Amino acid sequence: MAVIPVERKPLTLVERTYLPQILGGLKTTLRHFVTPKQTMEYPEQRPAIPPGYRGVPVLVKDPHGREKCVSCQLCEFVCPPKAIRITPGEISADAPDAHVERAPREFDIDMLRCIYCGLCQEVCPEEAIFLQNQYSMSGYTRAEMINHKDRLYELGGTLPDQHFKWDKKKAAEVAGNAGH
Amino acid sequence: MIAPPKPDLITVNVDGREIAVPKGTNVIEAARLVGVDVPHYCYHPKLSVSGNCRMCLIEIGMPAVDPVSRTPFPVAASGMPRINWMPRPQIGCATNVAPGMHIRTNSPLIKDCREGVMEFLLINHPLDCPICDQAGECKLQEQSTGYGRGYSRFIEQKNVKPKRTPLGPRVTLDDERCILCSRCIRFCKEIVKDDVLGFTDRGSYSTLSCFPGRALANNYSLNTVDICPVGALTSTDFRFKMRVWFLKQTNSIDAESSVGANTVVWSREGVIYRITPRRNDEVNDTWLPDSARELYKAIHASDRLVAVKVNGTDSALEFAVGAATGLFRSSAGAIAVVGSGRSSVEEQFLTRKLADALEAPTHLVSRVGQGDEILISADRNPNVRGALVVGLIQALPKTRVAGDATPSSRLTNGDVGVAAPVRTGGLTELAAQIDAGRIKAVVSLGEDLAAAGLTATQLAKISIVYLGTHANATSAVAKVAVPTLTVFEKSGTFVNQQFRLQKFSRAVPGPVGATDDLVVLAKLVAAATGTKIADEIGPLWSVLATEVPALRTVTVANLPATGLLLDGTPWAVLPFAEGATLHYKPAAEPAAAGALKS
Repeated sequence: MAVIPVERKPLTLVERTYLPQILGGLKTTLRHFVTPKQTMEYPEQRPAIPPGYRGVPVLVKDPHGREKCVSCQLCEFVCPPKAIRITPGEISADAPDAHVERAPREFDIDMLRCIYCGLCQEVCPEEAIFLQNQYSMSGYTRAEMINHKDRLYELGGTLPDQHFKWDKKKAAEVAGNAGH
Repeated sequence: MIAPPKPDLITVNVDGREIAVPKGTNVIEAARLVGVDVPHYCYHPKLSVSGNCRMCLIEIGMPAVDPVSRTPFPVAASGMPRINWMPRPQIGCATNVAPGMHIRTNSPLIKDCREGVMEFLLINHPLDCPICDQAGECKLQEQSTGYGRGYSRFIEQKNVKPKRTPLGPRVTLDDERCILCSRCIRFCKEIVKDDVLGFTDRGSYSTLSCFPGRALANNYSLNTVDICPVGALTSTDFRFKMRVWFLKQTNSIDAESSVGANTVVWSREGVIYRITPRRNDEVNDTWLPDSARELYKAIHASDRLVAVKVNGTDSALEFAVGAATGLFRSSAGAIAVVGSGRSSVEEQFLTRKLADALEAPTHLVSRVGQGDEILISADRNPNVRGALVVGLIQALPKTRVAGDATPSSRLTNGDVGVAAPVRTGGLTELAAQIDAGRIKAVVSLGEDLAAAGLTATQLAKISIVYLGTHANATSAVAKVAVPTLTVFEKSGTFVNQQFRLQKFSRAVPGPVGATDDLVVLAKLVAAATGTKIADEIGPLWSVLATEVPALRTVTVANLPATGLLLDGTPWAVLPFAEGATLHYKPAAEPAAAGALKS
């Protein structure tokens, strides 16, 4: 391929002062001073989380403070990266929630494995696990990145739903078959 | 209970497909033979028919016949006979097939029937699936997927019943889930002959309960949990431990007695959670003793051996084999081998090889308890006949007399199994030879020589090479002790009391430090003979097939899941300890051969 030398046009006197270019640059800078900001001061300022956002999966309690999870292990089964690990346990017969019978003894979610797919929330028959707004997880060790049961409840808090499925069950148990 | 199949076959038509079935078969079993599933709850192939769940409704019809000539009416177009369908559905479990019978299991009427029955069964059934142990293997769950409505039209209050009633030491009852199929009641009455369960109250208030003052405490109580089609009867041991869909199933054999009941071991990530029966109509039907279901707990016992010991100090397998070889050399001609009726056929073969190489006499430890005439036989060794087949022993070990009993050993869990102690013995000859100074070293295949009758002074006179799973008096004094694997951690075969060769497979890996018995034995044989021998099941079986006459035509890879019956006639005259069990009758005159060779 032939090489074609192109003559560079010599600069004019105005161009050689560089002033038009500096002014043009200052104009852009000054415009950004007055237009709305696209960024935020991240750790101090947090973005508004849209509804349906899939953040860190957490466990929730019902408004009466009962842990909703009954350790059915469906989330453990459905979890694609096998991030969830549950050790099921039995609620002792003299506890106030004895009629629920099952509760997790241990509930671990490995956040290094979690892919935030939300299948655990979708499959949960007790509405006990939710992907909430928390999106920032950090830690210095791998062990720190595993959310244990107490941490999951701390993050999850209370779900203000009004089903009270198990309270109704207990009320029926107390009432017995008298209403028949 | 279904009568045993008779040779006379009759032809029936299930959903348009003709099949010849034995006379006396009911419709559910006939349909199963053509691959048609008739849903049912109360029917169980090994129990009597009660016909109370109404789930197996089917339509039946017979070919129309001319009332005068008694010949079938043909339909002109197709040439097929016209079928007179009965106007109402019938239950399949209590309907035996008749020649020429036509059965419809997929008609709109039957679908309506099943949906109606399901709706009634689910009226008072709690929505417990997330907390129910049966979830995943629940017939009600399965059928409600196929025939359920998906929502409930029942707006009244559901019945309330007791939720956690202990029926016995191992069974917990959740009455709300019970669908009143009465399988458990019939099982206790007909199979165990321990009639403790019954229904109280009427109608939808009917409640399963034990008779006052009684408990479901027999050694077969957990079978009621297996046959419960819903989650009403649950195992107290397995309750809330693990969901069944996580568990891997491995076929195994109950090693607690010579019945050799077929089992499935359920494990997850190297941990066994439960053991359930596997159907084998020739051995255990669909049953399993409770004691067999607890055997896996020995795996994680605190006295499990996990370190090779030479003279009481931790060592490695190579040094242990070296020390044993040195022992064999120093006491050549004065060695005895104590084989085990708990070893697999392959291990017993290698034990024989070792004894042949050392020119050592072989002994076998006998374990005799009391049989329960169902699935626990008097002979508590699972594989004494294997030792006979491979030639490890020629005659049965002598049992110790009653009254000379030692506490029952691990594999016959005293608190669960039959209460009578197991008499461990069979080493009287060995004891005499040790006393006479003719035996200086003993190789023991997992057998506790002290429990089998040797005294502490006799043990002190000999050097012991011990291959075993758990610590005991023998392993404590052994010169060389090598930890080996339990029946759940290795593969192999057993020969049960019917001379049925059955295989078991490895369910979980063994603990760190334990070595497969075959590997240790092969190393010992190689050290004693100087030639290598196979230490894996596959290659070893080609050696077995050439050297053991009874196994000439057997290949372990093609062994059926239900086992293979070997020819036991060469040993038929031996005085075996067993009485009758579920599918075994002892020979008529067992005492005739008392003098044989022993």
